[in-house]
Amino acid sequence: MLDQPNAKKQKLVILGNGMAAGRVMDELFARAPDRYDVVVFGAEPRVNYDRIMLSPVLSGEKAYDDILIHTDEWYATNKVDLRRGELVVAIDRAAKTVTTQSGAVEAYDTLIIATGSKPILIPVPGAELPGVVTYRDLDDVNLMLDAAGKGGHAVVIGGGLLGLEAAAGLAMRGMTTTVVHLMPTLMERQLDPNAAYLLQKAIEARGIEVLTGANTAAILGDTCVESVRLDDGRTLPADLVVMAVGIRPNTALAKLADLNVKRGIVVDDHLRTSDDNIYAVGECVEHRGQCYGLVAPLYDMAKTLAATLAGESVDGYIGSTTSTKLKVTGVDLFSAGDFAEGDVKDEIVLRDPARGIYKRVVLRDDRIIGAVLYGDTADGSWYFDLLKKNVDIGTMRNALILGQAYQGGVALDPIAAVAALSDDAEICGCNGVCKGAITQAITAHGLTTLDDVRARTKASASCGQCTVKVESLLAATLGDNYSAAGRKPMCKCTDLTHSEVRGFILSKELKSVPAVMQELAWKTSCGCPSCRPALNYYLLCAWPGEYADDAQSRYINERVHANIQKDGTFSVVPRMWGGLTTPDELRAIADVADRFKIPTVKVTGGQRIDLLGVRKEDLPAVWAQLNSAGLVSGAAYAKGLRTVKTCVGSEWCRFGTQDSTGLGVKLERFMCGSWAPAKVKLGVSGCPRNCAESTVKDIGVICVESGYDIHIAGAAGLHVRQTDLLGHVDTEDEAIEYIAAFMQMYREEAGYLERVWKWVENAGLDKVRAAIMDDADNRCALLARFEKSQRAVRRDPWAERAAGREQHEFTPLATLNSIIAVPAE
Amino acid sequence: MTMVPSNDFWFDVGPLRAIPQRGARTVKTPRREIAVFRTASDEVFALENRCPHKGGPLSEGIVHGRKVACPLHNWIINLDDGEASGADKGCARSFPVKLENGRIYLNMSVAAAP
Repeated sequence: MLDQPNAKKQKLVILGNGMAAGRVMDELFARAPDRYDVVVFGAEPRVNYDRIMLSPVLSGEKAYDDILIHTDEWYATNKVDLRRGELVVAIDRAAKTVTTQSGAVEAYDTLIIATGSKPILIPVPGAELPGVVTYRDLDDVNLMLDAAGKGGHAVVIGGGLLGLEAAAGLAMRGMTTTVVHLMPTLMERQLDPNAAYLLQKAIEARGIEVLTGANTAAILGDTCVESVRLDDGRTLPADLVVMAVGIRPNTALAKLADLNVKRGIVVDDHLRTSDDNIYAVGECVEHRGQCYGLVAPLYDMAKTLAATLAGESVDGYIGSTTSTKLKVTGVDLFSAGDFAEGDVKDEIVLRDPARGIYKRVVLRDDRIIGAVLYGDTADGSWYFDLLKKNVDIGTMRNALILGQAYQGGVALDPIAAVAALSDDAEICGCNGVCKGAITQAITAHGLTTLDDVRARTKASASCGQCTVKVESLLAATLGDNYSAAGRKPMCKCTDLTHSEVRGFILSKELKSVPAVMQELAWKTSCGCPSCRPALNYYLLCAWPGEYADDAQSRYINERVHANIQKDGTFSVVPRMWGGLTTPDELRAIADVADRFKIPTVKVTGGQRIDLLGVRKEDLPAVWAQLNSAGLVSGAAYAKGLRTVKTCVGSEWCRFGTQDSTGLGVKLERFMCGSWAPAKVKLGVSGCPRNCAESTVKDIGVICVESGYDIHIAGAAGLHVRQTDLLGHVDTEDEAIEYIAAFMQMYREEAGYLERVWKWVENAGLDKVRAAIMDDADNRCALLARFEKSQRAVRRDPWAERAAGREQHEFTPLATLNSIIAVPAE
Repeated sequence: MTMVPSNDFWFDVGPLRAIPQRGARTVKTPRREIAVFRTASDEVFALENRCPHKGGPLSEGIVHGRKVACPLHNWIINLDDGEASGADKGCARSFPVKLENGRIYLNMSVAAAP
């Protein structure tokens, strides 16, 4: 259609008066002020305002007037006919008209659909009760402000951007506020678990309770909302419930008009729908398969659409790269692009636990593809710019993570670098220790080790991030007299040793893997196969019943409770307490072997029966059948208690002095399920002839006429070692008590994968003996901690999985039986 | 000669949420078993479910970053190209996979080819 100077003005009708519509008009009037007669239908009874500033209105930092974009005057000046509060209910594409709720009909030449999106309502009972609101427009904010004026409890469902902003606002308005979030970490779509951990700490510091992994089951109340019930049975009092779980493109009108609609209204690169006279823009559209819920893409679209409408020939809209900022005062958070989990080569991480800072830039081929910044977001826009422009950062890589202000500079030898520092340079930020204080302490007190420096000055005793600097200072001060030998960092992700990490987990009360990685300044974003299983164990041991086990940080054997074999099949070992079994159990094992065509049935070195060659997908059914005969998992795969081997003892043997089988059964029942740094095997022999070979076990008991000799630290693997005598006790109960206390000491002190014998050699037999045999208070305390830990783990993992837990482990994602047809030659 | 169809044939093998983050699941095809991996930040990769070393099932390994550790002998395999890292030499075959609207698609014209 040609635009002739004398032609009648085109009629442009816009459905929606939100930010997209407003920006289209701004861009259009700047290009072609008089080209169209414009009519705008807005469902809300007000002019165009900045929806993304609703959170400051809620928190009281801004007023409604502050967030207006277009005033009444603006509409008048630009001769825009704004029909506020008038809802359009139908589009007649053939007649090119729209019809409003009141029956008015308006003709158009060109139509723009800018109906935005609608908040998602989760379909739980009670969702329709008064007092349940969404968070989308000014009406919602006013409802929340009314409720907040009365005080009481608010529950915000959804721990994404909107939910957190709503929660922060309501808390500032004086409500006792709880955030209920379905996923394990907050803002999981924008943040990695490390940044989410810091965010959760900051939210909680405002007095807001955060419940993650929490699923809302129902909203309760008679005439208005009274409480929220979660599916684990917890009930939270609530005078107000805010649902902020996401938005959905508002496509109802477009669907009714039979336009092409998928998740959103489908548009081409010029924002044109399947009807040439109808365009769509903003959150209601789907462009190249993508729907957007942020303001930047909508502005990009508005620009393209306005230029098109102005008759300019423009390149189409090609999609947007988005970034996110959380608008909660005092929380600095920035996230942009694809912050995909990178490996060491592909990402740069900076953690400053003392200041609560986390920065991560993800690279591919020396180009930034994602950035997450927490605590210091000053460089967010710089990274975002480099990302959008696809800049090769190869030359600035060394200082990239430090930000725009730190380009250039030369890497120094660490010892020379620390030697070059002035005496008042701060080495340890956590404890405020400067270089002079450390070097003075080293010379004045003759310190030679890192531990000495920690004990004397507190440097490196908090987060450990300055450990390398302190070591360099020791080396610089002592010269050749300093030897770092014996200090072995846990892995390449940290400079701390296993025992240092364990110490910090307790002293700093770190209760999750991201917490450890942040507070102890991990150098990678998600660790490696050697530190992740270790951290998972340390946390499990430190916080029994409290820490949530991370299956993906466990080796396959522990994840599926069976042993992987060389051909990828598994072996299954049912528990036989103390080596005892019954004809019924043996029949059940034989039946399972028959039914599942298990090729090999073998007796193990620990007096159990091993079923070898079980297909992974058969495991749950195998377990279910064994369970039904009373058999449970033998934990033959575990870094934990495996077996207690016994001889027959006084019940049958001519030489037996005590009931060694009975004691073995009791020990195994008391200690089973206990995770440990490495596998733990026990033996109980009824007399010094030692038929159970107890003197090459991690823990062995030799029964004698006068009682029980407790042995420790045997080995019969790659390394063969005879046990040492820990001590003698008189009764069976004492034997169990001392052994459990010893097990707990090992659990708490050994490094991950360190076998009992190795740990005892390192710790020193005398020290272990004194702690268990001579110090009754310590022994009782160890026993109490062991018992507490056992209360948390005494479940049969097979039964849980046979009942359907973690089913995804045992079934393929898909099975494709036929392949596509291959054309003949 | 046998012709490989020239058109990409993307097959929906299931939703992203069916694979745990830092985990993997298998897709069984008549030709081979394919391991589909999901990283901590929801990227997906597909490799033949065989370690180039001794054929270990890579789907059972610990996923860290864009790598997986083979459960049998701890070879570290890059998820994006299947290459073994470090001193180890070998390559697991990788297959085109993409994510659309929360669903995982495998390119069967490649995955079904010999």
